[in-house]
Amino acid sequence: MLCDGKEVLYLPGEDFPSFAKTLYKESGAEYPKFYKMSDMCKLGFLAAEFLLKDLDEVKVADPDQKALVLGCRASSLHADIEYSRTMNDIPSPALFVYTLANIVSGEIAIRHCFRGEELMLVQDGPESREHENYLKVLMAEGKTKFCISGFVDYDENGNYIAELSLIKKK
Amino acid sequence: MDLREKLKGELIEQLNLEDITPADIDSSAPLFGEGLGLDSIDALEIIVLLEKEYGIKISNPADGKDAMQSIDSLAAFIEKNRK
Repeated sequence: MLCDGKEVLYLPGEDFPSFAKTLYKESGAEYPKFYKMSDMCKLGFLAAEFLLKDLDEVKVADPDQKALVLGCRASSLHADIEYSRTMNDIPSPALFVYTLANIVSGEIAIRHCFRGEELMLVQDGPESREHENYLKVLMAEGKTKFCISGFVDYDENGNYIAELSLIKKK
Repeated sequence: MDLREKLKGELIEQLNLEDITPADIDSSAPLFGEGLGLDSIDALEIIVLLEKEYGIKISNPADGKDAMQSIDSLAAFIEKNRK
């Protein structure tokens, strides 16, 4: 895991659940709901934890001026497959709530009190012209002071990536 | 095994209550709000648990509310309704 280009943690060979648990402990967050999240949600949650960790000016900013614009490729497909496995018996409500990609941005917004624009785009990859254009319009519109932007993807084969940045209005 | 102890283990497993052991759960403490701090999704998972493990279906929401006050009340509800 890298923060501002510097290596924070390197855990070769660990599967995602172990990796995520180690990162969660490392983050110092006390948020028991973390353990109930889908893997994709854990991924976005952890990336946001480290992104915002020492940014006090974001913590104290007006929640209505804080926005999230994220993108993903596989949407919630990994959680969808997990949930579909429970449908042969009694479907799991706890898995069902994570069968939407935008629950990732929702969990981050709740955790960090972001009450401005919140969007999860399904796009081909981390680079997206639509995503970039949306950000430009959002920041130009004037209300948003801080915006988390990036790509959080966890595909059906267990491949994952999270790249988040914080955009600050000058 | 005592039903209360069994239930504590099942709740920890079913609700992903990481870092909590059966010994940490007070049988008379509220399950929701304070106490274990469970939420509405957890309540649904407990309903699923009752049906899967004990064959009990909750048809009256008021019954579920009373049953889920604590481990004690949940155990009493199961004893009364299990098939």
